[in-house]
Amino acid sequence: MSIQVDHVTKRFGAFVVLNDVSLHVQEGELVALLGPSGCGKTTLLRILAGLEKPDRGRIFLHGTEATNRRVTERRVGFVFQHYALFRHMTVAENVAFGLTVQPRSLRPSPARIQERVRELLTLVQLQAMAGRYPSQLSGGQRQRVALARALAVEPKLLLLDEPFGALDAKVRKELRRWLRRLHDELHITGILVTHDQEEALEVADRVVVMHQGNVEQIGTPDEVYEHPASPFVCQFLGDVNVFHGRAVQERNFPALPPLPDGELVAPVGTVDEREITFVRPHDLDLNRNRMNPAQVEAIVRYVLTAGSRVRIELIAQNSTQAIEVELTKERYRELNLREGEVVFVHPRRRQVFKILRS
Amino acid sequence: MKSLSITSTKDLLWKDSLTTESPLIRRLLIGTALLYLTFFLFIPLAAVFAEALKDGIVAYVESLLNEDALASIRLTLLVAAVAVPLNALFGVAAAWAIAKFDFVGKQILITLIDMPLAVSPVISGLIYVLLFGLQGWFGPWLADHDIKIMFALPGIVLATIFVTVPFVARELIPLMQSQGREEEEAAITLGASGWQMFVHITLPNIKWSLLYGVILCNARAMGEFGAVSVVSGHIRGLTNTMPLHVEILYNEYNAVSAFAVASLLTLLAVVTLAVKAIVERKTHFPTIVADPMSEVQTGSIR
Amino acid sequence: MDHLTIIGWSRAEFIGYRCHPQLDTDKNLMNFILKQPSVLPGFALTLGFALFYLSVIVLIPLSGLFVKTSTLSWEQFWNIVTNSRAVASYQLTFGASLVGSLINGLFGSIIAWVLVRYRFPGRSIVDALVDLPFALPTAVAGITLAAIYASNGWIGRYLEPFGIKVAFTPLGVLVALTFIGLPFVVRSVQPVLQDLDKEVEEAATTLGANRWQTFRAVIVPELWPALLTGIAMAFARAVGEYGSVIFIAGNMPLKSEITPLLIMTKLEQYDYAGATALGVVMLVASFALALAINLLQWWSNARRSNQ
Repeated sequence: MSIQVDHVTKRFGAFVVLNDVSLHVQEGELVALLGPSGCGKTTLLRILAGLEKPDRGRIFLHGTEATNRRVTERRVGFVFQHYALFRHMTVAENVAFGLTVQPRSLRPSPARIQERVRELLTLVQLQAMAGRYPSQLSGGQRQRVALARALAVEPKLLLLDEPFGALDAKVRKELRRWLRRLHDELHITGILVTHDQEEALEVADRVVVMHQGNVEQIGTPDEVYEHPASPFVCQFLGDVNVFHGRAVQERNFPALPPLPDGELVAPVGTVDEREITFVRPHDLDLNRNRMNPAQVEAIVRYVLTAGSRVRIELIAQNSTQAIEVELTKERYRELNLREGEVVFVHPRRRQVFKILRS
Repeated sequence: MKSLSITSTKDLLWKDSLTTESPLIRRLLIGTALLYLTFFLFIPLAAVFAEALKDGIVAYVESLLNEDALASIRLTLLVAAVAVPLNALFGVAAAWAIAKFDFVGKQILITLIDMPLAVSPVISGLIYVLLFGLQGWFGPWLADHDIKIMFALPGIVLATIFVTVPFVARELIPLMQSQGREEEEAAITLGASGWQMFVHITLPNIKWSLLYGVILCNARAMGEFGAVSVVSGHIRGLTNTMPLHVEILYNEYNAVSAFAVASLLTLLAVVTLAVKAIVERKTHFPTIVADPMSEVQTGSIR
Repeated sequence: MDHLTIIGWSRAEFIGYRCHPQLDTDKNLMNFILKQPSVLPGFALTLGFALFYLSVIVLIPLSGLFVKTSTLSWEQFWNIVTNSRAVASYQLTFGASLVGSLINGLFGSIIAWVLVRYRFPGRSIVDALVDLPFALPTAVAGITLAAIYASNGWIGRYLEPFGIKVAFTPLGVLVALTFIGLPFVVRSVQPVLQDLDKEVEEAATTLGANRWQTFRAVIVPELWPALLTGIAMAFARAVGEYGSVIFIAGNMPLKSEITPLLIMTKLEQYDYAGATALGVVMLVASFALALAINLLQWWSNARRSNQ
């Protein structure tokens, strides 16, 4: 089912939770709504489910308007953040619920319901748990029961609210991959809400980055990571070094050394505009000798060699601020750095944004 | 077996804790508590039955089979049969609105529900006398139409309802608030109708607290004395509930009969407390089970 | 290079975004600030029914009390409520309620402590029975207390030789009001004691405090709001109490007559105006107490949730 969100605004009291949000999701896509707490992503998801009503704007499901369609008529599967499993029902009864409450004329026979429950529990690998109560399951198992329950009514659209939020890191990673595979098998349109950028980038076909009720950027994981549309997106998706610098008129004396190919993501303005430059730790390189007059001189403070890459924290020579650099092991060995040594910092890639004066 | 007496892990901690008192002080405190409870709980409880059975079991049974006693029992059951279901219905409705929705004036509504608890029982009766008594607002009109509310069954029922309004609602509101609305929302997204949601999700989740609320409401309804005393008129065999009958017998120096009827009410109180203990065990068992160890524990509590 | 200011690696800025999912403000907003429509059904039906029911059963009858009072002139009202018999009844009612609730404050705390901290045979039965005064009909409590504290009763006969008379004296009123107030202190202190973090006490011990110092400096401040709430609730309940008192009090005007009984007496003499005036005094006192209890509970909860 394709989804069209058309200029949706939602207020809670004086607080604008969604500010004129528009969005299109194609059939079969898995889209992540990504943003910090309070950015409105959960509210948007609940509006899509029909659990909330927008103050303004319209929702189209499969090309027809559904803004005022009731939640029961939307055929959505909703997986709640804390699963909302029915605590007095067994796993099997939970999964069967959506089928047993159907009107008698549509309801499958008890045998058919049982069969369907078995299929779903096999799908989520919980066949052995059918007779257990939710309180007897681990977090990851509850998550999968919630998913099976939502899938039981064969929804056209699957909505997941922070599906892995309450799980520990390892289970989270496993379930993430599992969800991706499941989605590839079922080809159901899916939208998941998350505040974890890693999760969004790994699972989703496309990522919608939201901030304070606005959509900051919509794009594939590659697009939003490599070409962030705003400082917020750049900062939210992974670690980044921030340089505040003043643009100067002559290009041969810029705030930071020019990139090898002279590429700038955002246009650098005139002398009166301040600009902000973002460089990811792995886009910085170090040299023992000054190669360029504009290179930043810094002192090595800490070297963390654990992990696949080496993280180095520097202190800029003419300020007390720290810069984080990530090098490959090979490059680190090549440089043979010690703590306290002087190095020269050089960005391979950067994102430059103008700060507009108000 | 091993964990039946354990209601939570906290209980375990205190026993093993290093931060506790010396055995002497511990015994002293337990002794003081038990002594106080002996004077104010155990002796009175035992005295009810001892006084009732003072003249033997035959006298006890005869006291209960007395015509006026039976009439008072019938009346009490009738009053409770009207008041308790109405208050249960009210309690569920009020708790649903308060716990699952946000609306202006919610706090005022909660205060209103609690109000009968703050009012002296005598005043609870008095307000109905002022409404329906001969000198009351509706008194003359009721007299003209030959409708008796005061000193008759309707007055007793009204006063009883007033006194027991809060009990079911007070049990349900905190529970339903803590349960949140996600389970109900999940049921709706899965296609359940409002009634199906209520029967399959809400009711099973609140059934134990609802049961205790109803039992408590019932105990208070059957045992209400002050308010009913004001509106009843004390007509033997007609408008005497069990507590009023106890009073009359006692004032007639018929202590054995008075305590015989009182012993029934005491049994009701004891059953109410037993139900409460069971409900607390049912509703407090651990819900979050992350490690396999506690999984075993839950299994044995069930 | 002086045109370049480096503000550095700003990972710290992002930590603010990565809130724990349970603190998701999307949800908090919905739960606390908003008066928003919901997909859950039945709001209008249940609220409408609850309001109708409360109006018929509680609001209209209670307002009748005030309307009836307004038929009295201020002077008449004042004369009734300051009559010496009425004043004596206030003194007894409020005095005995206060003493009774303070006694329960002391012993109720000990009982709560013992029930939470110690294990002894019969503990769960004792725990369940603490609520008995709440569940037992007041008339039953009244005749029972009168019987055991009478001069030939189970307890009364041992007090008689010392010249202590309980039944049919003001002391009897105190006994009855202490009895019915017992559960309130225990039940408000008990949960706080149960939730108390053992680590805080252990910390005090590791810092060199002895048991008594720990109790005074760590435990008592935690219990204080709940204890006050319990005492206030016991007091409020005692002030309005009727059934358990009248059998043991003796009911002598000016001496052992409580205010609810005086109202009852006036009603039996068809002195509705007099009964109403005293009823208003009691009702105002009850509402003031209910307000105080609400404030205390709010304070108590605020203290507990701050941790």
